[in-house]
Amino acid sequence: MEKVMQGNYAIARGAWEAGAKVACAYPGTPSSEILFAIANQYKDDIYAEWSPNEKVALEVASGASFAGARAIACMKHVGLNVASDPFMTLSYTGVKGGLVIVVADDPYSHSSQNEQDSRHWARFGKVPILEPSDSQECKDFTKIAFEISEQFDTPVLLRSETRVSHSFSPVKLEERKESTIPLGLNVKDAPKYTMIPIYVRVRRQFVEERMKKLEAFSDEFQHNMMEINDSKIGVITSGICYPYTKEIFPDHSYLKLGMVWPLPKKLITQFFKKVEKVIIVEQLDPFLETEIRAIGFKVYHGKDVTPPIYEFSPDVIEKSLKGKRYRPPKERVNVEDLPKRPPNLCSGCSHRPLFYVLKKLGLFVFGDIGCYTLATAPPLNAIHTTTCMGAGVGEAFGASKALGKEGLGKICAVIGDSTFLHAGITPLMDVVYNKGNSTTLILDNETTGMTGLQEHPGTGFTIRGEPTHRVDFEELAKALGVKHVRKVDPYNIKEAMEIIKEEVERDEPSVIITVNGPCMLHRREKRKFEHPFYTVDPDQCRGCGLCLEIGCPAISWKEVCGEEALTKDGQKRKGVVQINSLQCPGCSVCYQICKFEAIIPGKA
Amino acid sequence: MKDNVTNVLLSGVGGQGTILASDILCTVFHENGYDVKKSEVHGMAQRGGDVTTHFRFGKKVYSPLIKCGEVDYLLSFELLEGFRYINWVKDNGKVILNNQEINPPVVNLGKTEYPKNVVGTFKKFFNGNVFIVYGLEIASEIGDPRIVNIVMLGAFSNFFEIEEEIWERSLLQHLPQKVQELNLSAFRRGRNAL
Ligand SMILES: Cc1ncc(C[n+]2csc(CCOP(=O)(O)OP(=O)(O)O)c2C)c(N)n1
Ligand code: SF4
Ligand code: SF4
Repeated sequence: MEKVMQGNYAIARGAWEAGAKVACAYPGTPSSEILFAIANQYKDDIYAEWSPNEKVALEVASGASFAGARAIACMKHVGLNVASDPFMTLSYTGVKGGLVIVVADDPYSHSSQNEQDSRHWARFGKVPILEPSDSQECKDFTKIAFEISEQFDTPVLLRSETRVSHSFSPVKLEERKESTIPLGLNVKDAPKYTMIPIYVRVRRQFVEERMKKLEAFSDEFQHNMMEINDSKIGVITSGICYPYTKEIFPDHSYLKLGMVWPLPKKLITQFFKKVEKVIIVEQLDPFLETEIRAIGFKVYHGKDVTPPIYEFSPDVIEKSLKGKRYRPPKERVNVEDLPKRPPNLCSGCSHRPLFYVLKKLGLFVFGDIGCYTLATAPPLNAIHTTTCMGAGVGEAFGASKALGKEGLGKICAVIGDSTFLHAGITPLMDVVYNKGNSTTLILDNETTGMTGLQEHPGTGFTIRGEPTHRVDFEELAKALGVKHVRKVDPYNIKEAMEIIKEEVERDEPSVIITVNGPCMLHRREKRKFEHPFYTVDPDQCRGCGLCLEIGCPAISWKEVCGEEALTKDGQKRKGVVQINSLQCPGCSVCYQICKFEAIIPGKA
Repeated sequence: MKDNVTNVLLSGVGGQGTILASDILCTVFHENGYDVKKSEVHGMAQRGGDVTTHFRFGKKVYSPLIKCGEVDYLLSFELLEGFRYINWVKDNGKVILNNQEINPPVVNLGKTEYPKNVVGTFKKFFNGNVFIVYGLEIASEIGDPRIVNIVMLGAFSNFFEIEEEIWERSLLQHLPQKVQELNLSAFRRGRNAL
């Protein structure tokens, strides 16, 4: 049977068909759907979990592998930075049951804090990496990755990227086959799994030998494919770059690499003999190019013509490879100047009023990663740093140490609930331990909003929706030694203003937790607001624009002229605001802000 | 090779349901024996940003992304988001527009104006190949303004010689029981709208 599947669903299917028993992940675009699919479609055969972060995900998966089960850990590119510590040493211990690590890159940073190229991890960690180019390969390569893992005693990286993970194409479905490796642990295996120096040195040798064997395997690997057409130009490429280039240059010859590390040196040598000139097409870094040049080959074109940054597309490839011969499509209208439509916090989102307060207090806000990062955009402009998950808490602390008393009352850190549990606990421990005075705001919207509403240890539910222990943020902060832990209703602007002001001015560590502000897209309970929506009294609105400062998508500006340019009591105005009642859930934030009682509750 | 691939670009605003519509397209054309590829291009779609979906079908499809200037059908769920892709359409391409405006933030803030005469500009370049659907009005009549996506899909189905039954069967496959009736009537109203 054939089914049209998203790349991520195909990876999930591949894991299932390969007989995987354990699957772990921390969500991250573009990888999140893999675990979602496993937990929903294959729950009878595969244990699935949202782990608190990627390091834990990989450790849980590797433990399962040591016990003989096939296991998979999935993450976005930056997730592997977090999981890099176990990753680098798992290369030495190797595996028992197949261990596959899916890492999904995001060229152009569609939804990421950087654009790193994960292929380097394979060379750095001395493990093989496979790179699928469509959904069928996503499934096939996942299965092959498990086999390679067991055959060569190594974790295997499967590198996807936005366009592979999020594209749909047909996939041939097969049945699940259970792994033949027996489950069980053996204390005699300690030298393989205990990386103390004497054993490390033994495994270090093993790693080198393994890579040599893998290189020979790579030469024979059926998915390192040579396709000889016109012999004038040969293209070496992999992953999504293959279909893009093939689309533009169907007549070139190709060496399409399914395994990009270790490189099939013999096969590459053969390819160079078969074609006159070789072009290397690869997204992001010149990974293949550097390695192939290092072997001693002359590369006709590579990063001298193709961009080293951003996402490729057939257009980008055509433009860079055709050079002067490229004819751009004709421009009917200059669309560059059209109003842009960036993502925005949803109407009613509990983050919005809180950032309005932080802005009014004039604080420098050390931010973090999540939906709330959108508050950095105008008109709120209320987040002033974003580095990586968990960074804001430590950064605010560092800045407060640097500024001393000067910084008091001027700084705070904000972090989402999921992000706090991912990487915010340790820096908060540091604030207390090293006698800081910074304030950490935990924005608890009871879900992982940004990546599509995943559960986490603070929601009280597992990936399968089963109730479980729920981390109590207040108790946790207190256990770390924070004496001043406050709760705040994010929708109460006056109260939030007072509490936050008091805590940032306090010369001691403090934590403020938002309560009763679940994400507007939440599947479970939503906040019940007093009124179904708010509306504008056109007689009262003076067009002062104050309520526009919160950037609610339900509120818009309308210019007025003539008679309308005066309020009922004769005040001049240039325009009025309007509220789209279909979009307004009645959060009351604009109502609290308006100074002229122009915003009034609507009636259902 | 290239000539037998048809390129459909769907554009709209996050939350308008372009993704569901393109999922259904995938099923319909795949069931009709075509190779299909589709790709969603968006940052954070659920938060009201712009969303486009590239959908391609033919005997053999390589790239999941369409080349600029090669779009055969532009199926736009919102006027500005359609306008953004006016240069992507082939000279003889067809443009199906939902006649609905959704203000982007800068327009809401009064900093700039919503572009004027989008439909007129399309007509200037594509003459008789521009098709207007009053999706929001139709959806509201049926009783759910959120169902514009299926109305548009219904309108779009007119451009292909595929039996209505196949469209409807694929539609149902993607929807939970309780909304099937509503979606079927949206589809049919859309199909009759052109
Ligand atoms: C290391 C790493 N893993 C995953 C991500 C993807 N990611 C971005 S924000 C986020 C979580 C946001 O959840 P939360 O902190 O609860 O904030 P919300 O979006 O709900 O406001 C995730 C998982 C990332 N950027 N970096
Ligand atoms: S998805 Fe949730 S957290 Fe994100 S902007 Fe919308 S309401 Fe806020
Ligand atoms: S009450 Fe005001 S701020 Fe809240 S969602 Fe409605 S319009 Fe937006």
